[in-house]
Amino acid sequence: MNITINNENSMTAKTKSKKNLLEVKHLKTYYPVKGGFFRRTIGHVKAVDNVSFEIRKGETFGLVGESGCGKSTTGRTILRLLSPTEGQIIFDGNDITNLSGNKLREARKDFQMVFQDPYASLNPMQMVGDIIGEPIKNFYPGKQKKEIKEEVMDLIFRVGLPSDAYYKYAHEFSGGQRQRIGIARALALKPKLIVADEPVSALDVSVQSQVLNLLKELQDEFDLTYLFIAHDLSVVKHMSDRIGVMYLGNLIEVADKHSIYDEPLHPYTQALISAIPEPDPDRKKERIVLQGDVPSPSNPPSGCPFHTRCPMAKEACSEIKPKLKEVKPDHRVACILYD
Amino acid sequence: MLKYTLRRILGMIPMLFLISVVVFTLALAMPGDPFSGEIDPNNTDPEYIEEMREKLGLNDPLHIQYARWISNFVQGDFGESTRYKMEVSDLIAERLPNTVLLGATSLVITYILAFAMGMYAGRKPYTLGDHFIGGFNYFGLAIPSYIAGVFAIYIFSFQLGWIPFQGSVDITVEKGTLEYWLSRLHHVITPAIVLGLLNIASYTQFLRNDIIENSRKDFVRTARAKGTPEGKIYNRHILRNSIIPLITFLGFDIVNLVNGAIITEAIFTYPGIGQLFLNSVMNQDYPVLMTLTMMFSFLVLVGNLIADILYGVVDPRIRLD
Repeated sequence: MNITINNENSMTAKTKSKKNLLEVKHLKTYYPVKGGFFRRTIGHVKAVDNVSFEIRKGETFGLVGESGCGKSTTGRTILRLLSPTEGQIIFDGNDITNLSGNKLREARKDFQMVFQDPYASLNPMQMVGDIIGEPIKNFYPGKQKKEIKEEVMDLIFRVGLPSDAYYKYAHEFSGGQRQRIGIARALALKPKLIVADEPVSALDVSVQSQVLNLLKELQDEFDLTYLFIAHDLSVVKHMSDRIGVMYLGNLIEVADKHSIYDEPLHPYTQALISAIPEPDPDRKKERIVLQGDVPSPSNPPSGCPFHTRCPMAKEACSEIKPKLKEVKPDHRVACILYD
Repeated sequence: MLKYTLRRILGMIPMLFLISVVVFTLALAMPGDPFSGEIDPNNTDPEYIEEMREKLGLNDPLHIQYARWISNFVQGDFGESTRYKMEVSDLIAERLPNTVLLGATSLVITYILAFAMGMYAGRKPYTLGDHFIGGFNYFGLAIPSYIAGVFAIYIFSFQLGWIPFQGSVDITVEKGTLEYWLSRLHHVITPAIVLGLLNIASYTQFLRNDIIENSRKDFVRTARAKGTPEGKIYNRHILRNSIIPLITFLGFDIVNLVNGAIITEAIFTYPGIGQLFLNSVMNQDYPVLMTLTMMFSFLVLVGNLIADILYGVVDPRIRLD
């Protein structure tokens, strides 16, 4: 019975209700840098620097960018596994920015995470049944053991694990299967939002697509909203409805996936898109090769963070930090070229 | 697991044989011989001495002497103490319960203190409490047990009069009563703490470091993300992983306790195996000395085996076969 209801819901989800499940406003997460004899804070790594976006109910929001640009930090801050330095996180109408202790724990029921490394993120001392069942035990302490086991067995079945997985340990499984355990664990509480932090980057290419398809199927089945973090552009394209591009802790472009891939506006996004390998060897395309390295996030450049490498940089770029603004309907970009 | 254990036990046999050769050789290499304890010290007639040497088998070739000793040994006949004039097995059986009580008390104290301090320090690292515990432990590591023992006796026994400074029980109490056991506990507690001092320190620091290391691992973040209460994260997820290295120490502890007991028992004049061993060296009591050395070596082997088996029990990733 549940399944039919879920399917109806997913229909409405796919038609894209405009209701926001998550709103992130001017989010900043800084890591302190300690140094000197007394280990004082001598600076900050600005991992996430003033990022604002929203995720609508039922959609998949892809977050892309190169290593170290703050994608994972953004995801973890949203789930409050890290504390934001500034800004606001509004989840389903509630401000969760400053929750702590038991209130935060209670709130976690609705947002879960699939972690990047399926090898390290599962407790080696727990049996798979306990790994998946623990969140249920945490939030419904009155539940019968038998009931929990039934739920876990159902999850094991849904994510495509063998039925004898319950009494096995995580190390007895392959990478792809371990990621399925992680997904089942995230699903156990029937959350509204799942943050998938590079869920397939640690997996074999042959297994990646299986796990991605599983995520898509489960999205329909459980009416899930995803924040999908990845650096593989073709994976993000396959998964997402809308995409945000990050560079050096800043969100520089947000649009639906077709706009991003067909007509990227920001010079950095253009360079990224041009770097996607072309399967057809006869088709020549222009590749934009960026010069130089990513600047250090502890000492970001003045003005536009990208101006040091931007092929179209003007003098003003080093002075004015462009704000994210709507250039076309539902297409926002942070670049003075479009002012 | 059973197959593994049996194979390991079989593997001990050649090891024990080699150890017995070494023990026998070392005993021979010691100055003097067991002879002096066996004859009438007032009779200095060379003919009498020669006769006794022949009778006791000391003139036989070495390999025959060795074969005689080892064949008696494996049959459970450890010989007769040249000093106490009683069976070595009886002598050891009389002393062993004292040492076992000392070792067990020491272990219990070690575990309670180490777990309490280690879990606190690991959960709140780099705080005042952690530094205090760390300081206390490095103090414990730095002080050898013979110094700690002497100071403990001086302070707690001579100055404060809290504890007796020698023996294993008050001789005035009747055996088997509650008072008798309380008296034993009273006698054993200080040597047990002194004996455990080093272990307490190293266990605590090991546990603390392991908890800190594990608390930074991904699976702990997973536990936090799925809403596990903080206390449960530390007591279940982290502790179960951090206990593994400690459990393996348990095997070696058996050995350490016996070795440590030699010094501690001597200082507290506590009548256990350790004191017996020391006395047997001083008095050239060869049968006792050799039996105890064999026993200690055997304990090392058993301790290692226990450590390995425990590894397989506590860590599901390790399969013994």
